[in-house]
Amino acid sequence: MLKRKDLLGIQELSRDEILEILDTAESFQEVSTRAIKKVPTLRGKTIINLFFEASTRTRTSFEIAGKRLSADVVNISASTSSVSKGETLIDTARTLDAMAADCVVIRHSASGAPHTLSKLTKACIINGGDGAHEHPTQALLDAFTIRQRKGRLNDLRVAIVGDIAHSRVARSNIHLLTKFGTHVWLCSAPTLMPLGIEKIVCDHGEFLHVTNSMDEAIEQSDVIMMLRVQFERMSESFFPSVREYFRYYGLTRQRVERARRDVIIMHPGPMNRGVEIATDVADGPYSVILDQVSAGVAVRMAVLFLLLGG
Amino acid sequence: MALKQNYQLMKREEVLATLDRMADQILEANNGRPVVLIGIQRRGVPMARRIAIRMAEKTQREPQIGTLDINLYRDDLTRVASQPVVQKTEVPPDIDDRDVVLVDDVLYTGRTIRAALDALCDFGRMRTIQLAVLIDRGHRELPIEANFIGKKITTKDNEVVEVKLTEIDGEDAIYVMEKI
Repeated sequence: MLKRKDLLGIQELSRDEILEILDTAESFQEVSTRAIKKVPTLRGKTIINLFFEASTRTRTSFEIAGKRLSADVVNISASTSSVSKGETLIDTARTLDAMAADCVVIRHSASGAPHTLSKLTKACIINGGDGAHEHPTQALLDAFTIRQRKGRLNDLRVAIVGDIAHSRVARSNIHLLTKFGTHVWLCSAPTLMPLGIEKIVCDHGEFLHVTNSMDEAIEQSDVIMMLRVQFERMSESFFPSVREYFRYYGLTRQRVERARRDVIIMHPGPMNRGVEIATDVADGPYSVILDQVSAGVAVRMAVLFLLLGG
Repeated sequence: MALKQNYQLMKREEVLATLDRMADQILEANNGRPVVLIGIQRRGVPMARRIAIRMAEKTQREPQIGTLDINLYRDDLTRVASQPVVQKTEVPPDIDDRDVVLVDDVLYTGRTIRAALDALCDFGRMRTIQLAVLIDRGHRELPIEANFIGKKITTKDNEVVEVKLTEIDGEDAIYVMEKI
């Protein structure tokens, strides 16, 4: 049982808590294989998906997870809510709390928005992605997929390649994987490395490595995690052209050959085919991208159960 | 909650003999029709496996077995102090119109079985659902009875029946404990 009200980030989770979530998720996988894909566990609980940023898979995944546990799930997207009439985040949160929501899943472009919310509400808050800060359930489902394929989370070599500067997925994954003693290689163009990367590297000691060379990053990798180039967060040009980006940082079949023979290739989605990943690699035999999506439902069911079930 | 041992109810040989007898009774009652044994997590699971082995010895036909975790169907999730760990559920896929025997270690209030019935019904419509328990200790809170009972005993409210099985606990025995 998670002895916390909220799931705000991976950073503050212990290894035991992470393992408890992953173990529980394994038991929940079975529910999605049934003819009747539903259990009554969270009957009468209300979950609100409060999404201030576009999302298909995270929102849908939380919605399906909640519904398979028999909770009532309500979706609010910023464009159709009072937010577009000028309501502040704090007032929105208080309103939802007054309606006795049990859980709010929030995605927001501002880092720390879920933390602000958690102090104001009785409902438990799940961070569904805040700015470039954290996206805990994505890192958990990635860990679930890695553990299922590799049998462990320690002592692996994981390359995270792409737009690291704008990526909350990268941050949550760095926290999670280094906690278990896996070596993480960050790789991107110098302009797409976050400011202060030296400090991040320092905090994670021997397990975090940084390079601008993709070949170096994926050499002998057990896992290659590709990140989407987040054009929507770029107000200026970070690289000369998509074609050039693909030449240096796109994952092609030739590059995959540098990794270990049993490498798995992951992508949190949505993919930009031909920008960070070649189509034949995305659909190829090493790709576990769709396994990640299935894992997402099980992991989110586990998180909802562990936060709301007790 | 601290427990002190009141007395030992069964030793290893008695546990084994009782399980064998229950297997025989299940065979007899089902008249040669194949049954599916579903063990309730956790100690019902090794029990079901042992009953299946005995049945296979007698009939040269291995009954199908499955496991069921009832935690997702509990009526007291918001009341229990510590959340239980959710274990695996594996129910054979073609369970419609089959004869199913639920297997559990102790029958007490009946609430676990109520949850198990709810859970099973989500997997289809079985021809029959029967219940086999090693110990029936009374104190039912729901109208539920077992078809196959290893041993029926009377207990006090503050007592706890602890079934130990080698696969989980390293020994085969049954103890009656008292809460202190």
